[in-house]
Amino acid sequence: MKPFDYQRATTPDGAVALVSDRPGAVYLAGGTNLVDHLRLGIVGPDLLVDVNRLPLDEVGATEDGGLRIGANVRNSDLAAHPAIRRDYPMLAQALLAGASGQIRNAATTAGNLLQRTRCVYFQDVTTPCNKRDPGSGCTAIGGYTRYHAILGASEHCIAVHPSDMAVAMVALDATVAVLGRNGERSIPVEELHRLPGDHPERDTVLEHGDLITAVVLPPPLGAGWRCTYRKVRDRASYAFALVSVAAAIRVEDGRVADSRISLGGVAHKPWRAVKAEDALRGAVVGDESFAAAAGAELAAASPVEGNEFKVPMARRTIVSVLRELAGQSGESR
Amino acid sequence: MTDLPASGIHGHPHRRIDGRAKVLGTATYAFEQDVDAATYLYPLQATIARGRVRRIDTSAAEALDGVVAVLTHLNAPRLADTDDKEYAVCQSDEVAFRGQFIGAVVAETQEVARHAASLVSVEYDEQPHQVVLPDDDKGLDDPDEVNAGYPSDTAQGDVGAALADAERLVDETYSTPMEHNNPMEPHTSVAIWSAGSGDGDASLLLYDSTQGVHSVRRTLAPVLGLKPERIRVVSPYVGGGFGSKGLPHAHNVLVALAAQLTGGRPVKFALTRQQMFTLVGYRTPTIQRIRLAADGDGRLTGICHDVIEQTSRIKEFAEQTATATRMMYAAPNRRTSHRLARLDVPIPSWMRAPGEAPGMAGLEMAMDELAERCSLDPIELRVRNEPDIDPDSGKRWSGRHLVECFRTGAERFGWADRGEPGARRDGDWLVGLGVASSTYPAFTMRGSTAEIAYVDGRYVVRIGASDIGTGTWTTLSQIAAEALGVEVEGVRLELGDTDLPMATVEGGSSGMASWGSTVVAAVDAFRDRHGKDPEEGATARAETPEHADRKKYATHSFGAIFAEAAVHADTGEVRVRRMLGVFDVGRIVNPPTARSQLVGGMIFGLSMALFEHSVMDARTGHVVNHDFAEYHIPVNADIADLDAIWLDHEDTNANSLGAKGIGEIGTVGSPAAVANAVYNASGVRIRDLPITPDKLIAQSGSTKTGSPQSGHM
Repeated sequence: MKPFDYQRATTPDGAVALVSDRPGAVYLAGGTNLVDHLRLGIVGPDLLVDVNRLPLDEVGATEDGGLRIGANVRNSDLAAHPAIRRDYPMLAQALLAGASGQIRNAATTAGNLLQRTRCVYFQDVTTPCNKRDPGSGCTAIGGYTRYHAILGASEHCIAVHPSDMAVAMVALDATVAVLGRNGERSIPVEELHRLPGDHPERDTVLEHGDLITAVVLPPPLGAGWRCTYRKVRDRASYAFALVSVAAAIRVEDGRVADSRISLGGVAHKPWRAVKAEDALRGAVVGDESFAAAAGAELAAASPVEGNEFKVPMARRTIVSVLRELAGQSGESR
Repeated sequence: MTDLPASGIHGHPHRRIDGRAKVLGTATYAFEQDVDAATYLYPLQATIARGRVRRIDTSAAEALDGVVAVLTHLNAPRLADTDDKEYAVCQSDEVAFRGQFIGAVVAETQEVARHAASLVSVEYDEQPHQVVLPDDDKGLDDPDEVNAGYPSDTAQGDVGAALADAERLVDETYSTPMEHNNPMEPHTSVAIWSAGSGDGDASLLLYDSTQGVHSVRRTLAPVLGLKPERIRVVSPYVGGGFGSKGLPHAHNVLVALAAQLTGGRPVKFALTRQQMFTLVGYRTPTIQRIRLAADGDGRLTGICHDVIEQTSRIKEFAEQTATATRMMYAAPNRRTSHRLARLDVPIPSWMRAPGEAPGMAGLEMAMDELAERCSLDPIELRVRNEPDIDPDSGKRWSGRHLVECFRTGAERFGWADRGEPGARRDGDWLVGLGVASSTYPAFTMRGSTAEIAYVDGRYVVRIGASDIGTGTWTTLSQIAAEALGVEVEGVRLELGDTDLPMATVEGGSSGMASWGSTVVAAVDAFRDRHGKDPEEGATARAETPEHADRKKYATHSFGAIFAEAAVHADTGEVRVRRMLGVFDVGRIVNPPTARSQLVGGMIFGLSMALFEHSVMDARTGHVVNHDFAEYHIPVNADIADLDAIWLDHEDTNANSLGAKGIGEIGTVGSPAAVANAVYNASGVRIRDLPITPDKLIAQSGSTKTGSPQSGHM
């Protein structure tokens, strides 16, 4: 791998200053993605700024009854945190659906959000890729697309974001706290990741030097809500999602009073299924309205050759999850 | 080992002799050999599928601090024999497949070597390539023979008439994908070259991860122009091979070339996982048209198995996919064939149960379909077609207890609970049972020699065999101890070194039968010469004994594999809940390690059924999903209740030890057992492995939401 310098940051401001001033600098957190990329030659930074010792590893209550999750909280710790398990079980499920035990022990909250696509062509420097090498072309289009996007892709990139955790956070209306050269700001997780458009090399809206310091969860959904995270994959563990669904619904008098749905494995970002949520509002609980809601969201789907299956798979999985949450699974159907 | 079956234990359980060293990390695998002044190699690989290297600029790499040497076809030492193109490494500018070695960087550290390799710029003259197996056999080659020396085609009777007259007929095409062996320890070689006086007395010491040190030496000697005795290969511990380490591959030649440029410094090379998808063999994809003709009672009248598969344009490997079909079931009219596409692809080779694994996947799925068309239980169909003698050779079986395997397994597994396809539901999951036959040839290879020596009050057993993780360290010690009439602790085994007597390769599930018979013969020779009370330093040797009766018999192992699969009615996900293998494999030497082999083989087969698929990009010519995140093999969560048991039938017709191979038979029937269970669960028949959720959803297709009414998907 290309030689690089290494510095350990001692304060968040110091970390931001170090990276902001040097175009070839990157943050190193858990390293579960970056270190692979260094070996594979996908990135070649000249400075790694280690943020692991920054005091960003606490989970604490916010004034409004939500939770503030430090950027360095490890995925394993977050999944096991009593408040997460009790009040945000969908997030705990999503975390445990990701990667493997060893990787979750190392991976951080912010690092999970900022992990890069697993597109096999992005990860292989011998094939052109607009995300890795802007303007070189997209090899995925016309190639192996089983894990690629059906929503929001562009002619320049059809990669998907691989995180499970982020899909649940989007459904939960979480926000990220970002420290930049000009101070702190807050960004909804849903707006953190971009669609590829003309600039697939940009995964997120963050600027060079921006440091995620925390993820903030709003107060729990509360009584009457049921939620879950379902990940569809070939093998039972340690596989990226073909399709995943984070969903929460509240049913009153046989009708859907409110819902939150987001999808993973289908787009360049965790996909908030607003159209499905709209279609569900006030709908009579049952397969028919669940399928209609899924159809409303997926009407815009434009699969490429090789991933057409994801459209019916996403539809079936949304219906399956909503049916489960409405208490209509199994023999009662 | 409380979970071992109470019946059917021949040998006494003995814990692995090498287990402690492996658990403590003190077992020295090839890369960990402590050599002085090591250097590290990182290869240069072609990024086109076919053509020539027009220009290669290594100046930036050579200028880098820590680079010891850069090897290309322009400066590589000449090889003595380049007939085998796999081993003709860096001898010309030709590129025959993407990923082929076109050079290497040797440096003081692995990191510098890899960085330097990235600085080498290469220009090519590219030629059109063909890397995808065509699905019709027009223009394909008819190989002279297929792997293991079988004829390519066979025919008996009039298959055409049998098919035309069939009361019940299956005529379907089954396909299996390209798959890669992927042992946990990558292929690794450490080469130390001594130039000698320059008068043909150069020598090579190779620490290698291999299934046969003597095979490596014998193969490399003519390539490198060295006498075999000038090459020493050492390989005490191997972290799996599954066939991919059965023969040397190009990396062995590459390190041997590089080691001639370092002034005698050792060169270490461990392939990356990605490189293992290009350079160390793989299982060819297969397209199998299978036709089964039967009468109304399910008695086979005709069997026809036609296979299309691939090899590399530069070296032929023809997988023996249809050979098991020749001996499996009785039918008067039979035909098998293999056709070979020569493509611009890496060179295929042995992968655990080459031939039998994909071929029996096809045949046993077809048998399941025939059972349904005959309205017969799948086990009953097999019982009705059980042959009294080997239909292919006409010989008697050395031992065939397949029906007993089925009966025993059916009882234990609860086969009687199997229902109609799609009939059983557990919440959102459709649940079904499947079964398949398994078989594997029982080879005993001649050509090994064992030596017994009495040293310091212990018997030293010397044989240049291998332990690739199967348990040979333990089982061969047990066999020697039993023959000598001493405790296992009274024996010290030495293996994995060409300084030890010749031994055949650990392949074809032949190791225990071949080496074990040889060790027993050496013990007999030792006792004959030195009696029960030998003097210090007494030695004796013997070669693999001829087993006079063996040629009279058809020698095979058999098994029945049962599987319970659950298919999610909405998402199409498949999970295997239970599997049981019942095996007829002759004498079992060490139950714990034997069970590991059988269970491991079944997991390998489950993996073939549901997960493994090397995705070849037709445009680029490389396997794109070349790492463990994307190329799926089972994880712990995929393996639930899985067991293997065996019958109590020693087979002394097969060899004097009575033991038949156990390394591969677990793999053979398992893909079809799982596929048949998936069909019984879902009512959807997928004939193209692996069976993944997308295929199940695409074929179910009848409803928009996963029909809850029918019980099917």
